[in-house]
Amino acid sequence: MGQHMLALTEQTFDEEIKGSESPVLVDFWAEWCGPCKMIAPVLDQIAADHPEKIKIAKINIDDNLELARRFEVMSIPTLILFKDGEPQLRIIGAKGKGQLLEELQAFL
Amino acid sequence: MNEEIREVIIVGSGPAGLTAAIYTARANLKPLVIEGLPSSTSDQPGGQLMLTTDVENYPGFVDGIMGPDLMGRFRSQAERFGAEFLTSKVTRCDFSSRPFRVWAPDPTTGEEQEYASHAVIVSTGARALMLGLESERRLMGYGVSTCATCDGFFFRGRDIAVVGGGDSALEEANFLTKFADSVVVIHRRKALRASKIMQDRAFKNPKIKFLWDTVVTDVVGDTKVQGLKVRNVVTDEESTIAIAGLFVAIGHVPNTDIFRGVLDMDDNGYLLTHDGSKTNLEGVFACGDVQDHVYRQAITAAGSGCMAAIDAERWLEAQGEAPPEINETPTEW
Repeated sequence: MGQHMLALTEQTFDEEIKGSESPVLVDFWAEWCGPCKMIAPVLDQIAADHPEKIKIAKINIDDNLELARRFEVMSIPTLILFKDGEPQLRIIGAKGKGQLLEELQAFL
Repeated sequence: MNEEIREVIIVGSGPAGLTAAIYTARANLKPLVIEGLPSSTSDQPGGQLMLTTDVENYPGFVDGIMGPDLMGRFRSQAERFGAEFLTSKVTRCDFSSRPFRVWAPDPTTGEEQEYASHAVIVSTGARALMLGLESERRLMGYGVSTCATCDGFFFRGRDIAVVGGGDSALEEANFLTKFADSVVVIHRRKALRASKIMQDRAFKNPKIKFLWDTVVTDVVGDTKVQGLKVRNVVTDEESTIAIAGLFVAIGHVPNTDIFRGVLDMDDNGYLLTHDGSKTNLEGVFACGDVQDHVYRQAITAAGSGCMAAIDAERWLEAQGEAPPEINETPTEW
């Protein structure tokens, strides 16, 4: 996990998401998910390239199943962008850097 | 534009492409591997094994290994010998004159870049077919999944369906019974294509049921999958079954669209090779699932990747393009 990454848990989620001034892109992932591993370095890069604009956080669904249920995640990787504490955008499935940046454009 | 002319470009990075990378890198050919783009729905770097869990039949791994880990090892091994990687997807090629040229978007700027080489190894693999229904696309990630190993977890205690009758379908069905209460395998015929051992395993599994002679005509659900509309192809009878998840394993299609009209292929789009890994174009080689719809194993793909690397090396040598052998002993006698 890169230095710009924040690992969220059921205990810290609300505080971190609601308290954040910048949008937070939350990555629902698991150790056993190949596509999740594929996009991890891409997310590291995006976080490093835009440290002021966007925060990137991770939720390990094995440890935080309730959070996955709460946001009706049924496939991983799922990325949900939260702004002012509310989900604004949902990206399902692994994608390349260019495609992700395009979808996130409005928030960067 | 990228002015450098490379010895060899490898298009694709599954077991075939990465083995070709290991061999050509060790032969000092400094391969550029254009590895593809991350995806959960089609082809991706590392190939089809990136969507699997335990690989139990790859020799050397006594206790099995996770698919993504195995491919991570292949890639690291190729990197160790100096293979260069580009995380992008080739969009077009020009093999009509030498050096051969391929184009791929720059990973950061998205701007199309040209790459040239004396030899090309095609290892773009095959991707899983989908049903092609509008509702299937709409509910992707909301109960429709392309990756049983990624998403099976979310169907704990639910009833789900797998479409298909081959080894992949039964393997997914078996895997999914770890989570689901029941798995119905929907197959358009009355007999399975799958191997005997997979059939036996599935028939013995109390959680697996079969729906024969049946095709899926629609996925039901507004915001998530609630059921399937199915039709019996013998009686034409239509019905709806309640399920929460749909996994499709109805076969594969080779990733050869960009080579259409350039490289010889069979009616299904698989590349035709002769004398090892040679295609109809001298200097262009093919390996792995892109030219094999019969065996489709990691080990056969890796083996054919090795063949393509050796074929490419010999061909470059014959053309006078291969770098001179590195002298490991002093040249003064």
